[in-house]
Amino acid sequence: MGVSAAEVRAKINEPSVFRSVQRRLFNYAGWGLCALTFLMLGGAMVWILEMVFVRGAGAINWSVLSTVTLGVGGGLLNAIEGTLVLALGGLILSVPPGIAAGIYLSEYEGGWLAPLLRFMSDVLVGVPSIVVGYFGYVTMVVGLGWQFSTAAGSIALAIISVPYITRTSEVAFRGVPRTLREAGFGLGCTPGTVIMRICMPMAMPSILTGVLLALAISVGETAPLIYTAGWSTYMWTGHLTQEPIGYLTYAIWSFITQPFATAHQLAYAAALLVTLFVLIISVIARIVTYRRSGWGQHA
Amino acid sequence: MSFKRLIAPIASLVGGALLVIIAFLGIYAWPAVKFNGLGFVTKDNWNLGSLYGNPIMRHGQLILPGAAYGILFLIVGTLLSTLIAVLLAVPLGVGSAIFLADGVPPALRTWLSFFVEMLAAVPSVVFGLWGYAAVIPLLNHTMFPWMAKHLAFIPFFAGATGSGYGLLTSGFVLTLMIVPLITATMRDALVNQPRGLREAALALGATRFETMWSVILPSTRRVLIASGILATGRALGETMAVLMVGGGALNYLPQNIYAPITTMAAFIVSQLDSAMEDPTGMAVRSLAEVALVLCVISVIVNGAARLLLYFSGYERMGGGGWA
Repeated sequence: MGVSAAEVRAKINEPSVFRSVQRRLFNYAGWGLCALTFLMLGGAMVWILEMVFVRGAGAINWSVLSTVTLGVGGGLLNAIEGTLVLALGGLILSVPPGIAAGIYLSEYEGGWLAPLLRFMSDVLVGVPSIVVGYFGYVTMVVGLGWQFSTAAGSIALAIISVPYITRTSEVAFRGVPRTLREAGFGLGCTPGTVIMRICMPMAMPSILTGVLLALAISVGETAPLIYTAGWSTYMWTGHLTQEPIGYLTYAIWSFITQPFATAHQLAYAAALLVTLFVLIISVIARIVTYRRSGWGQHA
Repeated sequence: MSFKRLIAPIASLVGGALLVIIAFLGIYAWPAVKFNGLGFVTKDNWNLGSLYGNPIMRHGQLILPGAAYGILFLIVGTLLSTLIAVLLAVPLGVGSAIFLADGVPPALRTWLSFFVEMLAAVPSVVFGLWGYAAVIPLLNHTMFPWMAKHLAFIPFFAGATGSGYGLLTSGFVLTLMIVPLITATMRDALVNQPRGLREAALALGATRFETMWSVILPSTRRVLIASGILATGRALGETMAVLMVGGGALNYLPQNIYAPITTMAAFIVSQLDSAMEDPTGMAVRSLAEVALVLCVISVIVNGAARLLLYFSGYERMGGGGWA
């Protein structure tokens, strides 16, 4: 039985109510489901923030901020100080190699070292933080005999945060216009002078964004510190080794499972402090990024 | 000396850190690797032995009597919780990425994306606290009993719902921790597809969602796979949140989706204290072997994802900067 071309054409052109409704339904259902997934994520974010801020606000007061931990009560001054000491120590160790690696990846792309370094840096981001912590325990706490200490904790944090600084530094140096470098070389500058005196000031705001992100990550980390920094209810005495140091995330993890109301209060207060700090830094970093790249775009 | 020569050694510290971690964990774990053999990953038996017994020699290693180290239950717990998280996170991430890329005005997109991607900035211990204090009571009293009753026809959904700590809870929390990575990467990839693709599809009469679903989304396939693998890597190594909501199973394979589990990462934290009690040190070395296995898995997973991204031309992960 033959079918003429005209019949086929008529069939195709025949308006199909069913098909049209079906397509419209698919369109609405698709957007609806996508909006639903977005609302689920947004809802989870709101729920987390609500829990942290409401319970944290009920738990925090001046004495929490101004006294040290006593058993499962007291305050968090020792932990606040310890978090800052560990995070700053981590930054001091991670910023120079991170920026150096960023410069190398951006300025010396030819050759075998740059692709290899970039790959290893990207893989290092994915190494679980507890693995870094256990590495620190095996090598520094036990191997070098440092015991739980500020130095071991800071080095662990530095390893965690250095790939982030590397990446943002590389992007920052790539963002410096080529003509500036050419102008520098045209004036007879050495590569070192061009990079350090011309590119570095231009790239500095973006590099600082990366450093801020690294700071936020350091403040929020727990797993790499548990078996490197230990825990202490005393204020830091300035020793780099042989002396454990407290930090806020430990208080969250350890105190919430204690059967005491005072311990729970400390855990919620610590969660509020950590979350607030991390969120503020992220907002600042994001605003700096947008200022530089134009609103609506991404660095 | 040239500037390049000057900074190369400092820059190499970044890559060196990765090699040093693998090398030292390997050296430290080597006696345990020799002692445990292949049984380490095939047996369900983590036993420190008699802590008060006299150490004995076996296979040339000094160990406590009765000591054995098999981590099959950890591998199963890690893989299953990661599987649940990825199965939930991929549709959530792709859906929200489509919504953010084309469902909202560009001015609003910036802020809505930022809000959702802030999930990536929340520290994992805060996720753990949220799971422990807010999610588990709800799951335990309401959702799990309902699921066990009405979804019992699905395999592994029936049976005792336990205490709320367990596989599914870990999967839920992990989902939220890894989904921003997928959302941010996919949103970037969707927005940056060539305009011509979209215009061609719209000109053919496709609706906006058909354009997105049948034309734009398939063209970002490689980015989706790579970001899914990266998210898998993150879920595999997540520690604190799983430690706080996983339930801490020992030598026990989950019988249903509510059962308690432990992952390799969480196990290292929870067991080091007791492992230190072993005077022969074999327990601590076996934990180092757990860390080594976890590290090697993450390196393989992340390396594969990065290579895929390099070759897809989408070299640097974009998004929130947390990737």
